[in-house]
Amino acid sequence: MSEPTRREQLDQEPTHHEEHIVSPKVYGLIFGALMVFTALTVGASYLELGIFNPIVAIAIAVTKAVLVILFFMHIKYSSRLTKLTVAAGFFTFLVLITMTMTDYISRAWGLW
Amino acid sequence: MTTSGWHTRRNTRCRPLDSHAIATQPVHDAHEAHAHAPHLRHHFETVEQQREASSFGMWLFLLTEIMFFGGLFTAYLIYRNWYYPAFVVGSHQLSIVLGTINTAVLICSSFTMAMGVYSAEMKRRTALVGWLLATIVLGGIFLGIKADEYHEKWEKHHVPGLNFSVQDFTHPTDAEPALPLDMAQKTQVYFSLYFAMTGMHALHMVIGISILLVLVVKAWGGAYTTGHMTTIENFGLYWHFVDIVWIFLFPLLYLISRHQ
Amino acid sequence: MSTATIVKLPPQETASLPRRSYLNSEYGLKSWLLTGDHKRIAILYLISITFFFFIGGAMAGLIRLELLTPQSDLMATDTYNKVFTMHGIIMVFLFLVPSVPATIGNFVIPIMVGAKDLAFPKVNLLSWYLYIVAGIFTISALVLGGVDTGWTFTTPLSTHYLNTHVITAGLGIFIAGFSSIFTGLNFIVTIHRMRAPGMTWFRLPLFVWSNYAASILMVLGTPVLAITLVLVVLERAIGIGVFDPAKGGDPLLFQHLFWFYSHPAVYIMILPGMGVISEVISTFSRKRVFGYTAVAFSSVAIAVFGFFVSNYSALVFSLLTMLVAVPSAIKIFNWAATLYKGSITFETPMLYAFGFMGLFTIGGLTGVFLGSLGMDIHLTETYFIVAHFHFVMVGGMLMAFLSGIHFWWPKMTGRMYPEALSKLAALTTFIGFNLTFFPQFIVGYLGMPRRYAAYPPEFQVLNVLSTAGATVLGIGYLLPMLYLTWSLKYGKIAGSNPWQATGLEWQIQSPPLTENFIETPLVDHEAYDYEWLAHQTEHEVQTVG
Repeated sequence: MSEPTRREQLDQEPTHHEEHIVSPKVYGLIFGALMVFTALTVGASYLELGIFNPIVAIAIAVTKAVLVILFFMHIKYSSRLTKLTVAAGFFTFLVLITMTMTDYISRAWGLW
Repeated sequence: MTTSGWHTRRNTRCRPLDSHAIATQPVHDAHEAHAHAPHLRHHFETVEQQREASSFGMWLFLLTEIMFFGGLFTAYLIYRNWYYPAFVVGSHQLSIVLGTINTAVLICSSFTMAMGVYSAEMKRRTALVGWLLATIVLGGIFLGIKADEYHEKWEKHHVPGLNFSVQDFTHPTDAEPALPLDMAQKTQVYFSLYFAMTGMHALHMVIGISILLVLVVKAWGGAYTTGHMTTIENFGLYWHFVDIVWIFLFPLLYLISRHQ
Repeated sequence: MSTATIVKLPPQETASLPRRSYLNSEYGLKSWLLTGDHKRIAILYLISITFFFFIGGAMAGLIRLELLTPQSDLMATDTYNKVFTMHGIIMVFLFLVPSVPATIGNFVIPIMVGAKDLAFPKVNLLSWYLYIVAGIFTISALVLGGVDTGWTFTTPLSTHYLNTHVITAGLGIFIAGFSSIFTGLNFIVTIHRMRAPGMTWFRLPLFVWSNYAASILMVLGTPVLAITLVLVVLERAIGIGVFDPAKGGDPLLFQHLFWFYSHPAVYIMILPGMGVISEVISTFSRKRVFGYTAVAFSSVAIAVFGFFVSNYSALVFSLLTMLVAVPSAIKIFNWAATLYKGSITFETPMLYAFGFMGLFTIGGLTGVFLGSLGMDIHLTETYFIVAHFHFVMVGGMLMAFLSGIHFWWPKMTGRMYPEALSKLAALTTFIGFNLTFFPQFIVGYLGMPRRYAAYPPEFQVLNVLSTAGATVLGIGYLLPMLYLTWSLKYGKIAGSNPWQATGLEWQIQSPPLTENFIETPLVDHEAYDYEWLAHQTEHEVQTVG
């Protein structure tokens, strides 16, 4: 069995990723999109959407965050390990929220 | 000729390295040319390993920040559900204009930071310094506006624990509905969270700007435009994260039920 | 291939320590206080952790002295509250959490994966300094007059009703948290990115897996504790009302946030200890750990489950508590299966490991009783709980720590400790432990509440037994301090592999070089491969000496 070359070894590792320089054009587009979404979220807050107001607000915020993470923070071009790490972080945050909510919903939701 | 340390000897098994083995090892020649980049730390095999390790480490640190702010978001979730009327009135005390401007300012600063990383990758020293300075200026504008907002809160007696008064909520002078006394008192919870969350965010901004000042000086000296720009990259991750926190704080604190 | 001679010390007449090692590569206080060498940082941690352990132990001694008599006569009840609070804070945050990871883990993990150091040596040193600052804050709280909230800082007691040094202690723990986070972060990056060629995940020693799982918990759980403490400090300092019912806050929110860390924290404390036990049991039964994959995955499973059990709300809690016992039990079964038909010898680390297996099992089973809702109503806030967690933390974790210290002592110092004395200490510790804490199960079941300086007179006999046991236990802990220090100068020279153990750390000299390896190792065998080791030894005999 021949030893894999260093390059081959690295290629197989989940931390390997290609060097990818994101162009200013992409940054500019994302910047524009973020500004548009900001205007959208302010506008949406003036509309009467009932229960959907907070949902729309969070959805827009999540979209903006995803754009920043994917492009400004280069996650789109990162290794599998980095993507998994980011996912693990948000997953644990959701666990914290959900666990706390299950207690409050079961006894003290919306009532004071 | 044997070079020390990091070159792998592929055909040798692990050997016990006791004093006898060491005594018979060829002597490590301190004058041998180290055939590697000057910024490569000796416990890493390659520059690529070092870069990936430090990037991974920065992401793990950001994970701790997600959980740190996460606790505050959890508290916000519970109390907004319990005291919704108080949160609505409290939110309307904030200036939507200033909040929107600040959001735009931070998004600009994320853009300038990303451009800074690009300049470092392209090895353009003056461009890098320029973009970093722009980021500092924008961060400073953000903090300035924040300080003004905090000052206004102090003037209007909306600072919990220090000079809070429910007068504005039980007998409002603007178009807001009057709250019953017990709900009016709950606006303190809203403002506690407001100051805790924006305060913690501002603290992270201050730390970020301080680090940026150091980075600008070193960037001017050419430290990051010779091919080793991991520091700029990783700091960029931190800065973008702080921006993301604000992206969530803005609608949650400023835009509660503005249609009323 | 001979397995008869297990402890293979070099001939003592001609034995000497290696000429160069991490201990003598540089001299002077500055070379230690500004070091980046993970081994030196491990030694720094070992000294400081021992120091805090004895302060926490002194607090325990005071508790047991007070509880000799039913009345609260040795100290005022307020003082008693301060004593058990300080005991808890020091033991949990300044001893148990960092013990195995920061001392043994720091020393051994880079070598086990085949690296020259951890990924971030400066962050490692920073971690130690943060630990020291945290210790200073905590001792300040003690010296300034103490804090009496209990280590759990329950609100609104801690935020509103008490006049003691909650802020100082809270800040101390906040800083200790970051020390812990940086250690965990360092381990995760090192294990992922700095393994030597051929060292795949499933060739790693199980000690590495356990510390990896604990590190995940450290990185994800500790920040929630940090923000909770910040909010408590803010509430006390400037009166913002996040947990204060008078201002609309909810004390239960504190509980949710606090326990989101503090339950996974018990797994942060026990997982590294379990890693030690895997290594020791394998070595002293000369056998591969049974079910390597199961043990590796159960470590990670404990970490993941740990977060879900933090919800201390009735129904869900009960079910999940039962479930989290399963991976722990899997490990016990695997260790027992490793022993079966193994070539067992009874060196000191193995004695501590046996103690661990028995005592942790008892402690763990009593945890299942507590997880059963009906029983918990009767047993909660009694000494049954105190006994439960001391069985797992002291009978379990502390024994594992001592096991690990004795196991890797020859590697860290190049010297052996006196075997007979160490076995005596292990036995003394075991007897003392049982005498101290078993009566507490009984007295708790009978209804004696915890955190009380006074108790009904009918419980006195059991309490006196417990205090007597504590004295014996104290002797058991003091002995290693003495003979380990003695061994630094007078112990037998150990050689590189006195236990004939597998693992990369046993293939290098004792004490190791600063850079650990002269050449990057190339790993081509599985973990715990004793046949490979036997060939190795034969090969060595042919070519060296």
